[in-house]
Amino acid sequence: MSIATVLGEGGPQAATPRRTRARGHLPLLLPGLVYLTLFFVVPVGALLATSLYVPVPGGDVGQYQPALHWQNYTDALAKFWPQLVRSFGFALMATIAALLIGYPMAYVIGVRARGRRLLQGLMLVLVVAPFFTSFILRTIAWKQILADDSFVVSALHWLHLLPPGGRLTATPFAVVCGLTYNFLPFMVLPIYASLERLDARMLEAGADLYASPFTTFRTVTLPLSMPGVVGGTLLTFIPASGDYVNSSLLGNNTNTSMIGQVIDARFFKVLDYPTAAALSVVLMVAILLLVGAYVRRSGTEELL
Amino acid sequence: MTTTAPAHPGAASASAGAALELAAVTKRFGAFVAVDDLTLTVPSGSFFALLGPSGCGKTTTLRMVAGLEQPTDGTISIDGRDVTGTRAHRRPVNTVFQSYALFPHLTVAENVAFGLRRRREADVEARVAEGLALVELGHLADRRPALLSGGQQQRVALARALVNRPALLLLDEPLGALDLKLRRQMQLELKRIQTEVGLTFVHVTHDQEEAMTMADTVAVMNRGRIEQMGPPADLYEHPRTTFVANFLGRSNLVPGTVVERLDGDLLGVDVGGARVRVPASRAVRDTGDVLVGARPEKVRLLADGEEPAPDENVVGPGTVTDVSFTGVSTQYEVRVPGLGVFGVFAQNLSGRAGAALGDQVRLAWAVDFTFGLDGRDDAAEGLADLDVEP
Repeated sequence: MSIATVLGEGGPQAATPRRTRARGHLPLLLPGLVYLTLFFVVPVGALLATSLYVPVPGGDVGQYQPALHWQNYTDALAKFWPQLVRSFGFALMATIAALLIGYPMAYVIGVRARGRRLLQGLMLVLVVAPFFTSFILRTIAWKQILADDSFVVSALHWLHLLPPGGRLTATPFAVVCGLTYNFLPFMVLPIYASLERLDARMLEAGADLYASPFTTFRTVTLPLSMPGVVGGTLLTFIPASGDYVNSSLLGNNTNTSMIGQVIDARFFKVLDYPTAAALSVVLMVAILLLVGAYVRRSGTEELL
Repeated sequence: MTTTAPAHPGAASASAGAALELAAVTKRFGAFVAVDDLTLTVPSGSFFALLGPSGCGKTTTLRMVAGLEQPTDGTISIDGRDVTGTRAHRRPVNTVFQSYALFPHLTVAENVAFGLRRRREADVEARVAEGLALVELGHLADRRPALLSGGQQQRVALARALVNRPALLLLDEPLGALDLKLRRQMQLELKRIQTEVGLTFVHVTHDQEEAMTMADTVAVMNRGRIEQMGPPADLYEHPRTTFVANFLGRSNLVPGTVVERLDGDLLGVDVGGARVRVPASRAVRDTGDVLVGARPEKVRLLADGEEPAPDENVVGPGTVTDVSFTGVSTQYEVRVPGLGVFGVFAQNLSGRAGAALGDQVRLAWAVDFTFGLDGRDDAAEGLADLDVEP
């Protein structure tokens, strides 16, 4: 109970403690505010400005001057919309795959392994273990796993699941696999957190009210774990949309390029800063819109 | 052990037969025997209470009936059908859980509709409205459970179970989380609803007053077994074990030895040199060591020079060691040398002060209200268990 509630509602007395309380929060927020201003607000401002720059007339490659050249956006979109759409397509596929793989994992750890702390802890460590090595290294390892002479590919050939001459590496499949793998822990952990809190008595109440185990899952467990599902899908979808490591290492640079890879190339190889900045802004806005619509649609605001 | 509850007088004619039958049901958790060879029959339409201290196996028994636990041994039948191997969601049983276990993501109305929808019943909305009206919560149908008070949540849980018209409604300490005043109010309300809907209620509680207020039949459980079963008044006036005598209300228990059989089917018992009479029909055994019992409100203080009635037992004199005035009555503790401490509850009828601290008094109580227990039992059994549960 806050001080304001104790003192009663309204009145001049109530206003004073409330203001003190707000001021009391400021020192706590200050480090974060300073940090985010320096390393987020300022760079985003710079990015927005850069996206409108024009080349210096007669200047060298990579020389730009401030302007308000909105056409950068239309040019960038006209040229790179397939990569943008593909990014969201790949990210969506990876998110769905991670959800299908991650939910059962989280369910086993959070619900089935209850009361067995050691097993639960061990499984959680296994989920987090990949973070102990570098993201890049693990993706390179995937390159080996999916390589033409790998046992995976030979096994698939032997089982006739892959046509003769068919390969896994440098395909959209490989990129989506890499994305799914790399972001799986971000799916598992939030779902685990909400399933772990799930009251087992709810499941008993479901069974008591004529719901079969599957119906209880559909009507009780799943809705109650939605905050975790929404959190996990966001944590997977957002970084996956902007990812460029998986598409660079596991893709083929033609029909697997994602927008992150394009931005990377524009910035560091072609030195086309305005286009790279414009694409970054577009990606950011698109993600914000998609995520906003998703959170609104999933209707879990009050559970979040 | 085989015990059969007498049928509820009102319901016996309406719906004959047993709603629930347990036959030799045993439940072991590892080496621990939670429920020990339990056999019991609950007649249709009755309000049945399983009363006992925590850990006595009452909740485990209820969970086995609901299908949430599997018995290690024995069979469970509901409405004459063996359901021992039937899974919880296929049993015609609903439970009001101790914690209510309301679904937080559903509104009150959706919670109540849950069971009806699973069974694809018709008129769900009308029946939900009816169920909520029964517990007087119609105006809160669209709220989420988290926004309700404990008492309101309790009623939603009750409505959620009742709307399904189960063959058996199980109540697991349903009033445990409510404060005293609300609990008294809900006791009366539960009883009213049970009479109104005519379903069979099986109620688990550790609160003896709750069990006695509501139930037609009370089974007192201890260590996985039923100690005694019967109508509340019968259990109270006529306990058969020291556990029941102490757990259900309070008892003065004095060790003695049966020395003679008197006319009028009375046993003459020697207690510390004094002679008291116990009706043979109210004694568990008629020879050897017994515990002579009398309820504190049946015992009266004899004033100096006052003579007991001919049909009264008398002990004393003893010293008054404690006097507490509670308004309705005055409670005395009297230490009688050689016999121990007696509790005496005197109705505050005249408004005049009775005995004072340190007074020498004799104690008298009617022979007809005296009971005799097995002297080999522990006289303190059921005492320590009184207040262990929150």
